[in-house]
Amino acid sequence: MQKGGVIMDVMNAEQAKIAEAAGATAVMALERVPSDIRAAGGVARMADPTIVEEVMKVVSIPVMAKARIGHYVEAKVLESLGVDYLDESEVLTPADEVFHIDKWDFTVPFVCGAKDLGEALRRIGEGASMIRTKGEPGTGNIVEAVRHMRLINSQIRKVQSMSKDELYAEAKNLGVPYDLLLGVHESGKLPVVNFAAGGVATPADAALMMHLGADGVFVGSGIFKSDNPEKFARAIVEATTHYQDYKLIAEVSKNLGAPMKGIEISKLSPSERMSDRGW
Amino acid sequence: MKIGVLALQGAVAEHIRSIELAGAEGIAIKKVEELEQVQGLIIPGGESTTIGKLMRKYGFIEAIRQFSDAGKPIFGTCAGLIVLAKSIEGQEEPHLGLMNITVARNAFGRQRESFETDLDVKGIEEPVRAVFIRAPLIRSVGDGVDVLSSYNDEIVTAREGHLLASSYHPELTDDYRLHQYFVDMVKASQAS
Repeated sequence: MQKGGVIMDVMNAEQAKIAEAAGATAVMALERVPSDIRAAGGVARMADPTIVEEVMKVVSIPVMAKARIGHYVEAKVLESLGVDYLDESEVLTPADEVFHIDKWDFTVPFVCGAKDLGEALRRIGEGASMIRTKGEPGTGNIVEAVRHMRLINSQIRKVQSMSKDELYAEAKNLGVPYDLLLGVHESGKLPVVNFAAGGVATPADAALMMHLGADGVFVGSGIFKSDNPEKFARAIVEATTHYQDYKLIAEVSKNLGAPMKGIEISKLSPSERMSDRGW
Repeated sequence: MKIGVLALQGAVAEHIRSIELAGAEGIAIKKVEELEQVQGLIIPGGESTTIGKLMRKYGFIEAIRQFSDAGKPIFGTCAGLIVLAKSIEGQEEPHLGLMNITVARNAFGRQRESFETDLDVKGIEEPVRAVFIRAPLIRSVGDGVDVLSSYNDEIVTAREGHLLASSYHPELTDDYRLHQYFVDMVKASQAS
């Protein structure tokens, strides 16, 4: 049960222990964090299974791992290791430009990225049991995560107010299963949790995403690219729990040292934008 | 009547919904002062390491022990059960250490070993639908603890006076009878 929690990217056992001690509700075991993937360029793939196993060995909280979009075998390999969640992730280089993984074919639950309601419901239709905003990973810039969360929320509100005959047409417009859209119309929310990801760099960023209605937060490059990861990780956890307590957020934000430098989104060329991967 | 749900992390909104279906008012508790407003408390499922850490940080350990000493009912589900236990296998320090039980974390395995089943629960007529997610179980119970249900001979629901605990998530289904059972406990504690 991840709700209200912070899921942290880690690259080795030592970082995983720091994350657990700081109060992370899960860790994402990776070979490189998104900002390093950006810097390195080339094809980004599933992590070396050694890293995943090493992390699974040292923590008692759930361990997640990333497979490339459409890479059924990477996902099966990670499932065989016993990871707790799989992230079919646009942070890695897509393996298939047309089809996502059929996630019903797995017992391990999947989390998938989405930048609008259509993507979210398509992924859920394919079997995802958790959604996260795509944001723009590895930039330390929250603007894209905000855009995606706001868009999904406003689309949900629009769907809620539609009549039944309008819903059939909207299902076609969005390219989503009608039954899932009907569920959103009736409940006013996605049928699974929706976390924020892709650009969370400070405690205030995490709290902002909670304020906008996220069920929890993924922090990728932010923590272990900061000056004092331990303190930084604790601060993010506290700001997520108490996202409406601004005094507390001020307190935990003091003397954190420099956060990751960050990238202005407009400086990214279209090919460098990870959020455009997947459909 | 007001029942609090400890809102540091975990399934808070779902518990509040179930409490309200059972006819009481549900309140999210983020600060120790807020405990004064409620007559009963639910500690939800989530990650026990996260919840335990934040409880220490904000003074909830002492405050909830006092809440319990005053005879006010507490219901722990999944991670909440771990937080209530006097003894946690493989861990030196308990969190609240209130309930006379020994628990094992992640006792059914990892995430993919999560499952749902129908459980017979003592005191509730028809079986209860129970969702187990990386669930803990109760290895053994001490004096004064009543076992309310077992799954494959392992204890998954127990009560010790004003304390109630379940390995599973009763708040994730539409079946609110376990919440009703707890609301009745809180009512009874008010009457006495």
